[in-house]
Amino acid sequence: MVQLLNQLVETPSQTAGPYVHIGCIPTFAGIEGVYPEDLGLSPISDGARGEIITVTGSIYDGTGWAMRDAMFESWQADAAGRYPGQEGADPAVSGFCRFATDKDSGEFTLRTVKPGVVHECSGREMAPHISLWIVARGINIGLHTRIYFEDEDNASDPLLARIEQRHRVQTLIATKIGDAAYRFDVRLQGEGETVFLDI
Amino acid sequence: MSDNGVLMPRRREAHPDAYYPDYKTSVTRAPSLPLLSMEATPSEETGPRFGHGLIGALDNDLIRNYATGEGLAIGERIRVHGRVLDETGRAVPETLVEIWQANAGGRYRHVKDSYFAPLDPNFGGCGRTLTDAEGRFEFMTIRPGAYPWPNRANDWRPMHIHFSIFGHAFGQRLISQMYFEGDPLIERCPIAATIRDRSQLDRLVAPLDMQNSRGMDYLAYRFDIVLRGRRQTMFENKPEGM
Repeated sequence: MVQLLNQLVETPSQTAGPYVHIGCIPTFAGIEGVYPEDLGLSPISDGARGEIITVTGSIYDGTGWAMRDAMFESWQADAAGRYPGQEGADPAVSGFCRFATDKDSGEFTLRTVKPGVVHECSGREMAPHISLWIVARGINIGLHTRIYFEDEDNASDPLLARIEQRHRVQTLIATKIGDAAYRFDVRLQGEGETVFLDI
Repeated sequence: MSDNGVLMPRRREAHPDAYYPDYKTSVTRAPSLPLLSMEATPSEETGPRFGHGLIGALDNDLIRNYATGEGLAIGERIRVHGRVLDETGRAVPETLVEIWQANAGGRYRHVKDSYFAPLDPNFGGCGRTLTDAEGRFEFMTIRPGAYPWPNRANDWRPMHIHFSIFGHAFGQRLISQMYFEGDPLIERCPIAATIRDRSQLDRLVAPLDMQNSRGMDYLAYRFDIVLRGRRQTMFENKPEGM
């Protein structure tokens, strides 16, 4: 016999279900008046330093259907690559946003500041990116992925470098569609399947 | 940087698989390719923090936070309480816990729920709170009813409360569901069955907690939550290269 490790095990995940908005984005569900406003309405407030961008997209299931009931959360650094709470971080950047795909169009829009380069603990530079977490009916455990930008230098990003099938790198890179505007579609399954992360 | 060290890898076997055909929606919403594994970086080890200024006085009282005038939500009055810990057993203080649920008849206040059980005019179904310094939280609510859903022809969800927990790192983000001790529908639910390890499913079933119930007022259920832990060793989090 050996000593016991006495380690607890993480609580198992369950799907967020079709009514995730009730708890996370009440106004989307038609619930007003419990909270003054929905949590994470915007990752930035007035005066955020840097380039203000919009990222638009849809999330497609395995049949190519744009899902109408997904919820996203994004987390990112400010324009200088500092996360909220770190020394010198931009006080106008909360870094956190919650958004849903539209009930009719299935599109989402994230308006934020373009993040700067973030350093790993080992010192390596990561290309500018926004972390994304996706939950919905039918998704048993939230999916992590990242949004990179096609007009940034992604060549030496350590995470992108780990993707063996190089053509899959493109699934994490938002396409520039206009002035400060990007398109980022998520494909859960099948052709062009987005790379999801086990972090 | 990170307040408590590197995130331990997630034990995927403790969680549901993405693809579980008895839960039909998962069939087209499960990635078919393996996840890309990586060690957590500052992008995952940091995360949003929310202060007490966010929380209103009734935010964790679902019996009253949507009630109008003298009316209260109808149903079994319950208190749901517990602690948020990490895998090393440390309390997770000052973290946001959000819940949502159906009313006593199993009806959600959501534009898309068309089940013919009636809405309760005094029940919204959402609540939130911050854990205290020891990781404790509590909610007052009414026990949600079971409800049918369009999966197989006669599928019913067990009574449940949805939970969303932040922790202190984006990589700890978790959404799950709390079930109630003794509910016979748990055994018949394809969503509960997505969890392969029976002992893990048991951890989502809140026991009746008579010690913390209050006579002539409410029954209590206890629900403890464990988030991913953070490793602390002598050799990590050194400043070189930062």
